[in-house]
Amino acid sequence: MNGTPRDKTMTIDEVIGSLESGMTIGIGGWGPRRKPMALVRAILRSDLTDLTLVSWGGADVGLLARAGKIRKLVYAFVSLDSVPLEPNFQRARQEGTIPEIVELDEGMFQTGLRAAAQRLPFLPMRAGLGSDVLVHNPWIRTVTSPYPGPDGVAEELVAVPALELDAALVHLNRADRHGNATYLGPDPYFDDLFCMAARRAYVSCEQIVDTAGLTVDTPVQRLLISRMMVDGVVETPHGAHFTTCTPDYERDERFQRAYAEAAKGSDEDWAAFHDRFLAGDEDAYQAAVRTFAEETAR
Amino acid sequence: MSEITRADVCAAAVADAFAEDGEIFASPMGLMPMLGVRLAKLTSNPDLVISDGESLFLAGVPPLFAKADVVEGWIPFRKVFDVVAYGTRHVMMGATQIDRAGNQNISAIGPFDRPTRQLLGSRGAPGNTVNNRTSYWVPKHSPRAFVEQVDVVSGVGPQRAAAAGPAAARFNDIHRIVTDLAVLDVTGPGDTVRVRSVHPGVTLDEVRAATGFELAADDDVATTREPTTEELLLIREVLDPKGLRFKEVPQG
Repeated sequence: MNGTPRDKTMTIDEVIGSLESGMTIGIGGWGPRRKPMALVRAILRSDLTDLTLVSWGGADVGLLARAGKIRKLVYAFVSLDSVPLEPNFQRARQEGTIPEIVELDEGMFQTGLRAAAQRLPFLPMRAGLGSDVLVHNPWIRTVTSPYPGPDGVAEELVAVPALELDAALVHLNRADRHGNATYLGPDPYFDDLFCMAARRAYVSCEQIVDTAGLTVDTPVQRLLISRMMVDGVVETPHGAHFTTCTPDYERDERFQRAYAEAAKGSDEDWAAFHDRFLAGDEDAYQAAVRTFAEETAR
Repeated sequence: MSEITRADVCAAAVADAFAEDGEIFASPMGLMPMLGVRLAKLTSNPDLVISDGESLFLAGVPPLFAKADVVEGWIPFRKVFDVVAYGTRHVMMGATQIDRAGNQNISAIGPFDRPTRQLLGSRGAPGNTVNNRTSYWVPKHSPRAFVEQVDVVSGVGPQRAAAAGPAAARFNDIHRIVTDLAVLDVTGPGDTVRVRSVHPGVTLDEVRAATGFELAADDDVATTREPTTEELLLIREVLDPKGLRFKEVPQG
């Protein structure tokens, strides 16, 4: 008995094994930035299906859409930035293969996560008013302020519904084995909110370090995630590839281009990409990426 | 000074959209908006707050895509949303479609349930347009971009905002639409799109022919001003010496 909190380290397979088909899963990061791609790739290989995905989307959405894993998608955008339109997402939308679509404003998305994190049914907001977000999602209601507005008239605002998650998957630079985690890059994104909006939260990270190591060369303000919010920690070096994980690595633009070209191409092009990179486990993926990097560097 | 290009005129027109904003966060989406905002900060409005497009407020005014020198603040995405709600922001977004009522679409083309062409998604357009000043940049003015009715309303024009009630209309402020042919706003009859000025060398008939709806304009429509010598120097020698602007607005 020395007051040490419990060890939450897990393997990738253990994390995925704790998920179930039909769940609502939130994926942290932002577009093509600091996405928990090792866990996304593991979902891709799993039997999980009928998922509701909640994501400021990038290739996480594209990959899972292409694999037919998504029953319902909640998003505000899906983009790879340097490749503005995510080809697998585009294809899924244009072929109508995602049964249910919920497109929100990107600020509404934060408000919905915040409502869930605060255990509220909704939070009020202006965003969405007058736009087709409310037309395409008639289940999203408005709420009249109980207080008079500046002209004496009570404002009618969007009651952004709580985006409650069964599970959250996020990727941070460093974590300890108890679930405390730091981001070392430019932006925390919303990974803390994802964890707090979820019944279960899993942190993948570049490196697991001693608790003392988290702040030895890093300001305490970068400790975004507290172990109170976390159920499992898994070390997945290079696990955000091919998205950014600044300062550990930047986006792999060359690989992203290869991904986008395969996704835009014929079924055979995609099958070749899939077989080369996505058919095996995470170690096999990372080995294939290293080979790709060596080949394209020549 | 060599001949003034259309891209230079566009950069100055974007800068003019931010000239009277005072001390607010100028949020340009894309290359020409970024060039125009930085030009405004170096000329008409040094109080503008600008970012690297990632997470830093920049104290200096670096060339397009150069690394920051002095940093004056931190603006991660979560704080962008705070500033949107706070209102001290002017965003210039792109637009795949804009309609007569000043609504904007960046979500999808065709029926929403199964689009013929899926675009980005509505991003922050619904929230931007009911919270802070919003302008649009359209590098190719065409009947495909300027349509009678957008397929998806991402950005909310003044009519839709008014119909949605005071909470939507209160801060709805569609300021300028800058294109490669003209500068537009939404002060036409019934809050519709109107021509403010046509760029030098462009006629009103050409702008109308490139617009898929009836466009309000004065008969003696103004001509967009040419950049000053100082502005041309800043554009060509300081902000965009590589001529990246010509990728968006090619030289004639």
